[in-house]
Parts: sequence; structure tokens; C-alpha cells
Amino acid sequence: MAVTDYLREQFMPHIWCPGCGHGIVLNSLVRAVEQIGLEKNDVVMVSGIGCSARMAGYLDFHTMHTLHGRALAFATGAKMGNPRLKVIVPMGDGDALAIGGNHFIHAARRNMDLTAIVMNNNIYGMTGGQFSPATPKNRYATTAPYGTIDEPFDVVKVATAAGASFVARSTTYHVNELIKLIREGIEHPGFSVIEILDQCPTYYGRKNLSGSAVDMLKHFKENSVKIGKGTGAPGEIEIGVFVKEVRPEYCDKYESLVKEVQGGKK
Amino acid sequence: MKKNEILFLQGNEVCARAAMYAGVSFYAGYPITPSTEIAEVLAELMPAEGKAFMQMEDEISSICAIIGASLTGNKVMTATSGPGFSLMQEAIGYGHMAEIPCVIVNVQRGGPSTGMPTSASQADVMQTRWGTHGDHSVIALTASNHEDIFAMTVEAFNFSELYRMPVVLLLDEVIAHMREGLTIPEPGELPIIERLNTSVPEDSDYHPYFAREDGRLPMSEFGGIHRYNVTGLAHDMWGFPSNDPEVANTLIHHLVNKVENYKHDIARYKTTNMDDADIVLISYGCSARSAKQTMSNLRQRGLRVGMIELQTLWPFPDDIIYDLCRDARYVVVAEMNMGQVLHQVKEAVSNPDRVFLANRVDGALINPEDIENVVNLLRGKGK
Repeated sequence: MAVTDYLREQFMPHIWCPGCGHGIVLNSLVRAVEQIGLEKNDVVMVSGIGCSARMAGYLDFHTMHTLHGRALAFATGAKMGNPRLKVIVPMGDGDALAIGGNHFIHAARRNMDLTAIVMNNNIYGMTGGQFSPATPKNRYATTAPYGTIDEPFDVVKVATAAGASFVARSTTYHVNELIKLIREGIEHPGFSVIEILDQCPTYYGRKNLSGSAVDMLKHFKENSVKIGKGTGAPGEIEIGVFVKEVRPEYCDKYESLVKEVQGGKK
Repeated sequence: MKKNEILFLQGNEVCARAAMYAGVSFYAGYPITPSTEIAEVLAELMPAEGKAFMQMEDEISSICAIIGASLTGNKVMTATSGPGFSLMQEAIGYGHMAEIPCVIVNVQRGGPSTGMPTSASQADVMQTRWGTHGDHSVIALTASNHEDIFAMTVEAFNFSELYRMPVVLLLDEVIAHMREGLTIPEPGELPIIERLNTSVPEDSDYHPYFAREDGRLPMSEFGGIHRYNVTGLAHDMWGFPSNDPEVANTLIHHLVNKVENYKHDIARYKTTNMDDADIVLISYGCSARSAKQTMSNLRQRGLRVGMIELQTLWPFPDDIIYDLCRDARYVVVAEMNMGQVLHQVKEAVSNPDRVFLANRVDGALINPEDIENVVNLLRGKGK
């Protein structure tokens, strides 16, 4: 299948701002799905609310555009309701970590075979540039005109601590690696988290004098290091696969439980 | 199970067994008094039948999960009580907007807030109607005894499939925790409405939000042959977001009319001694049990008292109430809140000044004397 066969081109042009990184993520995701050779009818995409969530509408899968923060909860039901399906969940940083933080950690703990893609642009874009739980300290936003005093979450650490069995990070600059990581995440039989540092030149970039989209991509390029190859300097972005362990998957465990109960073993 | 087996059951257990009878294949919930036994019973029954049971991290994820599972082709349910029902409101609205069949059981307890978790109340009637934001219609059923809990649970599933929407079953702490004997209906004894799946073939356009002539919207499950979009945004017949005023207008009217136009089909109620009644008691749920006793006590004293027991609370059967109360000198609404159904009855009847409230909001079950006292007071005043 051609990459464009996965798109609902009739709904384009998309709503994202010029320079936004979400299109790069969409591109990488589609290429990953195409490389795996997934049938469109076998893929469910569940999104929440925000710029990231609009991705679902542009893809020719079974798509559910749900509520702010709740995408993983809807996805959990959809997957458990038909474990045969591949369920991909694109989320923003506010969507996944603030309002959806509880669902995020519990989805990780359960290890259900869902692929969570956290498009982290450090800002609430849809509402016009408020700081998120992923905005670094001392940065500016419309609700932080004097700079943020909040400590940000580290998505990789949160996901790892909560029990995700696949955790990776990359950036929108590293497109080829991104395709590979998303592919690996989808193929991983358990809860996968792929954090993608993603540029929002319109809101985050403008408030924080980050320059153009190209400048922001260059920043990703210049500050990224492979896991373990860095110096630990502030602002360094470690990229790669942090966790990859095959652990019992939730739907499989439930199926085994059902067999045991029905076989009179429990 | 033996044929027509009689079991001594708690109301919550009856609800769980009725859900199995109706074909529930996915349940997600979070523990909360006084509804927890529904989850406990289903946790045991569902795996044994190969159905999916999940305990989620909260009530929000529970309602979201059942909506997700409904889209992948399941009959779904969650159960909760006041605080959890409050948390679910946003997603209930999503269920209405996206038109996803699901059943939400709210075993009412005292409120507001944490209120009285182990005490009786019927104070969520208006929240059920107006709890989520925006215009839409709702279907809510209730019951006063175990036979009716069983029947109304099955009916809740049937209505959710028929009208493609969330349906609320409003139980209360008294009937949920009360035990009484119940003859479990045989398979086939109660009608079961299955999901209407689209007959549109694979290569033709399927419109998830294009109603048939009879108003029904056939579904296509996620993972099936038709791919489409589901959203909580205002959307067109394809399920795609739209800001077109005409599209939004049509959608809102559809969400209201798809229930209001069929409210006679949805109305479930029972009448007793209404032929000659000049005093009418209107009640539902646990209060109806006491009201029934009041009626019988007053009949013995020669008073012409009749009773309407509501099983459908929403859409409110206002024209039925209008007709039945036309000749009444007094109408007394017995309920465990500050007058929620009372308000609807006053709106429905020709003379609202003749409608009075017999209530209790202290967590103790309203008793027949509480209702009798109100009737006596009215008669004293009326003479």
C-alpha cells in the first residue's frame, strides 16, 4: 500500500500552523504503519483533545477523537473489546501528562498492547500557548508571563517508573529514527511510549525566542545525544530506546485467566 | 441454572445478573458504595462466560473504556454512585454526542459531595437529566423491586441499542442492598434488542450518522469493514467535525428528537387503584414501596387513593401524568429529595397548585407514615 493510501486527503489541508512538528510525526507514523504492512481495518486510532488529537481525523483508520486527557482510557476499552486490533494513541504533552496523567500511569502499569505517542511541544497549543507539565522551568507562556516556576515531568522517567514495557524518545529532526521507533513501538507486544520532542514555533517558540521552526529543529539536532553518550549537560536530549522488555500483556493475561476459570482451575 | 430458579438476592446482584441476561460483554468500573456489589458479581460471572471485566483507575476511565469497547462491538455497562456519576458526566455527554450505546447504573446515595455513602437517597434525578453540558435528551429508568430491577436493566440495554445512546439506570441504596426472592427469567422470556449493524457493503459509502427512515442509525464496529471518524465535536453524517450552522442545528435537533419523539414507547409505569382515585400518589424506586403501603392504609380508611409508579424517569412522561391526574383533588409526589420529580409533575399537570411533596432527605428510608401525614394535612386543609 502506498503511504498516501493511509491518509484522508479529502480533509486536508490540515489545521496545524506553518512550521508545526505534528505533520512530521504524522508522516513518520504513516511510514511506520506502511513498513509493518498493517491493514487499515486492523488499526484503531484514539486521540484526545488538542492539536495532536486532530491527527486521527487525517488518517484512514477507525478513528476516535475523544475527550481531553482520556484517549488512553477509551483506547483501553477499545483494545480490550477486540484485542485483535492495533491501537495507536497520539497525545499532546498536556493531554497525556496533566489532565490525562492518571490514565497514562495506569495504562503503563497494566501493560496493555497500546502505542502511546506523546508529541511533546512543551505547550498547550490549541488554547493559544499556556505552559504544560512538560514546559521547562523559567520558560514563558501566556499563563507564565514572568516565567514558569513549575518543575516539568520527564516523560521517559514517568513512563518507565509506571511500568511501560517499551519507552523511547526522539525528536522531529530525527525523522528516520522516528519511523523506526514508532514501528518498534507498534510491534512491541505491550504498552509502548514514544516521546517525540516536537516544535511549536507559533506559541512556544515565539514566547521563548526560539526562532523559526528550522531553528527549533536545529536545536533538536545540536542538543540530541544517543543514550549514554552525553555529558549530562543541562538541555541535553537523550534519544533512543530506554526500555524494551517483553512482559505479560494485559489482554493475553485476561485470556489465560478466562481459560483457567472456564477450565475449573480457579 | 435450574428452570425458573428462585434465588434470594441483593438488588445489586439482580442488576448484575440481568446485565448478563441482556448480553453484556464488557464491563469497566471503579469501587464505590453502594454500587460495588454489581462489580463484584460481574467480576465473578464475566470471566466464566469469556466476557471482559475491568477494574479501572477511576470512574472517568470506566465510562471512557465502556464507550471505547462499545465501538469495538460490545454491549457495555458501568456502575457507580453519586460522586462517580459526577465524574462521568463529561464522557456521558460524549456518548450522547457520538451516539454510542452504553448503560450506566447509578445506585444513588445521599449527597451532595461524599454525602452519606451508606444511606438512601433519590437526589440524582435532575443530575441524570442535566448533568452533562449542552442540549440532548436522556433515557433514565428506575425500579422498586427485584423483578423490576431485572426487567429495567434489560430494558436499559435494549433502549441503548435501539436509540444508540447512553441509558442511565437509577437505582437507590435501599433496593440495591435489599434482599428478596426473584424468579430468574428463562432465556427468551424477556425480549433482547441486539445492535443494528449496517448492511452497507464494503465498497459502498457508510454514513455512521445518517439515520434510516425509522430514525435508527445502523452501526459498524471498529475493526469492521467501514472506517469512519467518531468525535465529540459537532459533526456531519460522516462523523467529521463541522462548524456549519446548518449541520449543528440538524444535529442538536436530532439528539433531542430521537428520544422525545418516541417518549410513549419509552414510558414504563404502573398504575394501581386509579379508576376512582381523587388522591394520586406518584412515586418511584424505594419510595414507591412505602407509597404503596400508604395507599393501602388509606384505602382501608375509605379514602380513594390511587398510585402511579414511574419506571421511566426520563424522558418524563408528562402527558401521561397530565391525563392520569386530571381528576385528582391532590397529587402527592413521594421521593427522597427536595422535590425533583415534584417539579416535573407540577409542570405536567393542569393545576400545579394541587401537587404536593412527601419527602425525606435524612438518609433514612421514607416510610408510609411520612406520606400519610402529608395526605392527612392536605385533607385537613382541604375541608
